[in-house]
Amino acid sequence: MSMKASTRQVDGVTIVDLSGRITLGEGSVVLRDTVKDLLGKGQKKILLNLGDVSYIDSSGIGELVSAFTSVRNQGGELKLLHLTKKVHDLLQITKLYTVFDVKDDEAAAIGAFAK
Amino acid sequence: MTAPQRVSYRLESTLESVNKAEEMADQAAAQAGFDEDTRGGISMAVREGMINAVLHGNAYDPAKRVNLTFEHTGSDLIITIADEGKGFVPDEVPNPLAPENLLKDSGRGIFLMRTFMDEVRFRKLNSGTEITLIKRIQSNELDRQEAST
Repeated sequence: MSMKASTRQVDGVTIVDLSGRITLGEGSVVLRDTVKDLLGKGQKKILLNLGDVSYIDSSGIGELVSAFTSVRNQGGELKLLHLTKKVHDLLQITKLYTVFDVKDDEAAAIGAFAK
Repeated sequence: MTAPQRVSYRLESTLESVNKAEEMADQAAAQAGFDEDTRGGISMAVREGMINAVLHGNAYDPAKRVNLTFEHTGSDLIITIADEGKGFVPDEVPNPLAPENLLKDSGRGIFLMRTFMDEVRFRKLNSGTEITLIKRIQSNELDRQEAST
Protein backbone atom coordinates (compact mmCIF):
# COMPACT_ATOMS: atom_id res chain seq x y z
CA MET A 1 0.00 0.00 0.00
CA SER A 2 1.41 3.38 -0.97
CA MET A 3 1.22 6.61 0.96
CA LYS A 4 -0.92 9.65 0.33
CA ALA A 5 -0.37 13.16 1.68
CA SER A 6 -2.84 16.04 1.42
CA THR A 7 -2.45 19.47 2.96
CA ARG A 8 -4.88 22.03 4.37
CA GLN A 9 -4.48 25.35 6.17
CA VAL A 10 -6.03 26.15 9.54
CA ASP A 11 -5.17 29.40 11.39
CA GLY A 12 -1.76 29.69 9.75
CA VAL A 13 -0.86 26.06 10.42
CA THR A 14 -0.40 23.59 7.57
CA ILE A 15 -1.94 20.26 8.43
CA VAL A 16 -0.61 17.35 6.41
CA ASP A 17 -3.03 14.43 6.45
CA LEU A 18 -1.00 11.30 5.78
CA SER A 19 -2.39 7.86 5.06
CA GLY A 20 -0.76 4.52 4.30
CA ARG A 21 2.75 3.38 5.15
CA ILE A 22 5.81 5.55 5.71
CA THR A 23 8.46 3.07 4.63
CA LEU A 24 11.62 2.87 2.57
CA GLY A 25 10.79 3.98 -0.96
CA GLU A 26 7.64 5.76 -1.98
CA GLY A 27 6.20 6.50 1.48
CA SER A 28 9.37 8.17 2.73
CA VAL A 29 9.77 10.12 -0.50
CA VAL A 30 6.20 11.46 -0.36
CA LEU A 31 6.76 12.76 3.17
CA ARG A 32 10.16 14.26 2.30
CA ASP A 33 8.85 16.01 -0.81
CA THR A 34 5.77 17.34 0.97
CA VAL A 35 7.77 18.91 3.81
CA LYS A 36 10.39 20.26 1.39
CA ASP A 37 7.64 21.82 -0.73
CA LEU A 38 6.00 23.46 2.31
CA LEU A 39 9.30 24.88 3.56
CA GLY A 40 9.99 26.18 0.05
CA LYS A 41 6.71 28.09 0.22
CA GLY A 42 7.61 29.50 3.62
CA GLN A 43 5.05 27.37 5.46
CA LYS A 44 6.94 26.56 8.62
CA LYS A 45 4.17 25.60 11.04
CA ILE A 46 3.50 22.00 10.13
CA LEU A 47 1.22 19.49 11.83
CA LEU A 48 1.59 15.93 10.56
CA ASN A 49 -1.65 14.02 11.05
CA LEU A 50 -0.61 10.36 11.34
CA GLY A 51 -4.09 9.05 12.23
CA ASP A 52 -4.29 6.96 9.06
CA VAL A 53 -0.66 5.89 8.99
CA SER A 54 -0.75 2.16 9.58
CA TYR A 55 2.96 1.42 9.63
CA ILE A 56 6.38 3.08 9.83
CA ASP A 57 9.75 1.36 9.39
CA SER A 58 13.22 2.63 10.33
CA SER A 59 13.41 4.58 7.09
CA GLY A 60 10.07 6.26 7.87
CA ILE A 61 11.26 7.09 11.39
CA GLY A 62 14.37 8.62 9.85
CA GLU A 63 12.20 10.66 7.52
CA LEU A 64 10.09 11.98 10.42
CA VAL A 65 13.28 12.97 12.28
CA SER A 66 14.67 14.58 9.14
CA ALA A 67 11.44 16.56 8.62
CA PHE A 68 11.53 17.66 12.26
CA THR A 69 15.11 18.92 12.08
CA SER A 70 14.63 20.56 8.65
CA VAL A 71 11.64 22.55 9.89
CA ARG A 72 13.37 23.47 13.15
CA ASN A 73 16.54 24.57 11.32
CA GLN A 74 14.43 27.01 9.34
CA GLY A 75 12.93 28.47 12.49
CA GLY A 76 9.65 26.58 12.19
CA GLU A 77 7.76 24.00 14.23
CA LEU A 78 6.66 20.49 13.36
CA LYS A 79 4.24 18.58 15.55
CA LEU A 80 2.60 15.17 15.29
CA LEU A 81 -1.12 14.46 15.63
CA HIS A 82 -3.21 11.30 16.21
CA LEU A 83 -0.63 8.55 16.52
CA THR A 84 -1.91 5.00 16.08
CA LYS A 85 -0.90 2.58 18.83
CA LYS A 86 1.67 0.95 16.56
CA VAL A 87 3.34 4.27 15.69
CA HIS A 88 3.10 5.49 19.28
CA ASP A 89 4.83 2.33 20.54
CA LEU A 90 7.54 2.64 17.91
CA LEU A 91 8.30 6.24 18.91
CA GLN A 92 8.41 5.16 22.57
CA ILE A 93 10.83 2.31 21.80
CA THR A 94 13.13 4.59 19.84
CA LYS A 95 12.93 7.31 22.55
CA LEU A 96 11.59 9.80 20.02
CA TYR A 97 8.22 10.25 21.70
CA THR A 98 9.66 12.96 23.94
CA VAL A 99 11.57 14.58 21.07
CA PHE A 100 8.43 15.20 19.04
CA ASP A 101 5.57 17.32 20.29
CA VAL A 102 2.73 14.79 20.01
CA LYS A 103 -0.93 15.87 20.20
CA ASP A 104 -4.24 14.02 20.31
CA ASP A 105 -6.56 16.93 19.54
CA GLU A 106 -6.35 18.95 16.34
CA ALA A 107 -7.63 22.24 17.77
CA ALA A 108 -5.29 22.00 20.76
CA ALA A 109 -2.40 21.15 18.45
CA ILE A 110 -3.06 24.20 16.29
CA GLY A 111 -3.29 26.38 19.40
CA ALA A 112 0.08 25.07 20.59
CA PHE A 113 2.00 26.60 17.67
CA ALA A 114 3.81 29.86 18.39
CA LYS A 115 1.76 32.89 17.30
CA MET B 1 2.86 -29.98 17.05
CA THR B 2 3.63 -29.09 13.45
CA ALA B 3 6.62 -30.97 12.02
CA PRO B 4 9.82 -28.92 11.76
CA GLN B 5 10.04 -27.26 8.39
CA ARG B 6 12.40 -25.06 6.44
CA VAL B 7 11.76 -22.98 3.36
CA SER B 8 14.25 -20.86 1.41
CA TYR B 9 13.95 -18.10 -1.15
CA ARG B 10 16.47 -16.37 -3.40
CA LEU B 11 15.32 -12.80 -3.91
CA GLU B 12 16.36 -9.90 -6.11
CA SER B 13 17.88 -6.80 -4.49
CA THR B 14 14.75 -4.70 -4.80
CA LEU B 15 12.21 -2.90 -2.65
CA GLU B 16 9.62 -5.42 -3.87
CA SER B 17 11.69 -8.17 -2.24
CA VAL B 18 11.68 -6.23 1.04
CA ASN B 19 7.89 -5.97 0.95
CA LYS B 20 7.48 -9.59 -0.11
CA ALA B 21 9.76 -10.82 2.70
CA GLU B 22 7.78 -8.80 5.24
CA GLU B 23 4.56 -10.52 4.10
CA MET B 24 6.17 -13.96 4.13
CA ALA B 25 7.47 -13.32 7.65
CA ASP B 26 3.97 -12.47 8.84
CA GLN B 27 2.66 -15.72 7.37
CA ALA B 28 5.49 -17.78 8.88
CA ALA B 29 4.90 -16.16 12.28
CA ALA B 30 1.16 -16.86 12.04
CA GLN B 31 1.85 -20.52 11.21
CA ALA B 32 4.15 -20.68 14.26
CA GLY B 33 1.22 -19.54 16.42
CA PHE B 34 2.42 -16.03 17.34
CA ASP B 35 -0.21 -13.42 18.25
CA GLU B 36 -0.80 -10.34 16.11
CA ASP B 37 1.50 -8.00 18.07
CA THR B 38 4.38 -10.49 18.04
CA ARG B 39 3.82 -11.16 14.34
CA GLY B 40 4.06 -7.43 13.68
CA GLY B 41 7.39 -7.31 15.51
CA ILE B 42 8.77 -10.33 13.66
CA SER B 43 7.74 -9.00 10.25
CA MET B 44 9.26 -5.61 11.11
CA ALA B 45 12.55 -7.29 12.15
CA VAL B 46 12.59 -9.16 8.84
CA ARG B 47 11.80 -5.96 6.93
CA GLU B 48 14.72 -4.22 8.65
CA GLY B 49 17.03 -7.17 7.95
CA MET B 50 15.98 -7.14 4.31
CA ILE B 51 16.53 -3.36 4.05
CA ASN B 52 19.98 -3.94 5.47
CA ALA B 53 20.69 -6.64 2.87
CA VAL B 54 19.16 -4.93 -0.16
CA LEU B 55 20.18 -1.34 0.53
CA HIS B 56 23.38 -1.48 2.59
CA GLY B 57 24.64 -4.94 1.58
CA ASN B 58 23.82 -5.46 -2.07
CA ALA B 59 23.25 -1.74 -2.75
CA TYR B 60 20.37 -2.61 -5.16
CA ASP B 61 22.89 -4.42 -7.43
CA PRO B 62 20.76 -6.42 -9.91
CA ALA B 63 23.50 -9.07 -10.12
CA LYS B 64 23.33 -9.77 -6.39
CA ARG B 65 20.68 -11.76 -4.54
CA VAL B 66 19.40 -12.09 -0.99
CA ASN B 67 18.89 -15.58 0.45
CA LEU B 68 15.98 -15.68 2.88
CA THR B 69 15.18 -18.75 4.96
CA PHE B 70 12.39 -19.47 7.43
CA GLU B 71 12.91 -22.42 9.71
CA HIS B 72 10.34 -23.61 12.19
CA THR B 73 12.02 -26.02 14.60
CA GLY B 74 9.05 -26.57 16.86
CA SER B 75 10.58 -24.49 19.65
CA ASP B 76 11.89 -21.54 17.60
CA LEU B 77 11.17 -19.57 14.48
CA ILE B 78 14.58 -18.96 12.90
CA ILE B 79 14.94 -16.55 9.99
CA THR B 80 18.18 -15.99 8.11
CA ILE B 81 18.86 -13.20 5.64
CA ALA B 82 22.11 -13.35 3.68
CA ASP B 83 23.32 -10.73 1.23
CA GLU B 84 26.24 -10.72 -1.20
CA GLY B 85 27.56 -7.29 -0.31
CA LYS B 86 30.81 -6.05 1.13
CA GLY B 87 29.81 -6.81 4.71
CA PHE B 88 29.70 -4.61 7.79
CA VAL B 89 30.55 -4.65 11.48
CA PRO B 90 27.32 -4.37 13.50
CA ASP B 91 29.17 -3.24 16.64
CA GLU B 92 30.30 -0.15 14.76
CA VAL B 93 26.72 1.03 14.30
CA PRO B 94 26.18 3.77 16.91
CA ASN B 95 23.55 3.30 19.62
CA PRO B 96 20.44 5.07 18.24
CA LEU B 97 19.14 5.72 21.77
CA ALA B 98 22.18 7.75 22.82
CA PRO B 99 21.16 11.42 23.18
CA GLU B 100 23.68 12.52 20.53
CA ASN B 101 22.18 10.04 18.03
CA LEU B 102 18.45 10.55 18.68
CA LEU B 103 18.07 13.03 15.83
CA LYS B 104 20.03 11.01 13.28
CA ASP B 105 17.95 10.04 10.27
CA SER B 106 19.31 6.48 10.06
CA GLY B 107 20.86 3.71 12.15
CA ARG B 108 17.76 2.23 13.85
CA GLY B 109 17.34 -0.98 11.84
CA ILE B 110 19.56 -3.27 13.93
CA PHE B 111 18.13 -1.82 17.13
CA LEU B 112 14.59 -2.64 15.93
CA MET B 113 15.62 -6.20 15.01
CA ARG B 114 17.07 -6.69 18.49
CA THR B 115 13.98 -5.16 20.09
CA PHE B 116 11.50 -7.50 18.44
CA MET B 117 13.48 -10.76 18.35
CA ASP B 118 14.85 -12.90 21.19
CA GLU B 119 18.20 -13.31 19.52
CA VAL B 120 19.95 -11.59 16.60
CA ARG B 121 23.25 -12.87 15.22
CA PHE B 122 25.52 -11.53 12.50
CA ARG B 123 27.98 -13.65 10.57
CA LYS B 124 30.51 -12.51 8.01
CA LEU B 125 30.34 -14.63 4.87
CA ASN B 126 33.01 -14.95 2.18
CA SER B 127 31.00 -12.40 0.31
CA GLY B 128 28.34 -10.64 2.32
CA THR B 129 26.67 -10.79 5.70
CA GLU B 130 24.19 -13.24 7.19
CA ILE B 131 21.71 -12.08 9.80
CA THR B 132 19.96 -14.72 11.92
CA LEU B 133 16.76 -13.69 13.69
CA ILE B 134 15.37 -16.04 16.34
CA LYS B 135 12.01 -15.90 18.11
CA ARG B 136 11.23 -18.49 20.78
CA ILE B 137 7.84 -20.12 20.58
CA GLN B 138 6.13 -20.07 23.98
CA SER B 139 3.77 -22.78 25.26
CA ASN B 140 0.65 -20.66 24.65
CA GLU B 141 1.77 -20.18 21.07
CA LEU B 142 2.26 -23.94 20.71
CA ASP B 143 -1.33 -24.38 21.96
CA ARG B 144 -2.53 -21.87 19.35
CA GLN B 145 -0.49 -23.64 16.71
CA GLU B 146 -2.04 -27.01 17.58
CA ALA B 147 -5.53 -25.55 17.65
CA SER B 148 -5.13 -24.24 14.14
CA THR B 149 -3.91 -27.53 12.67
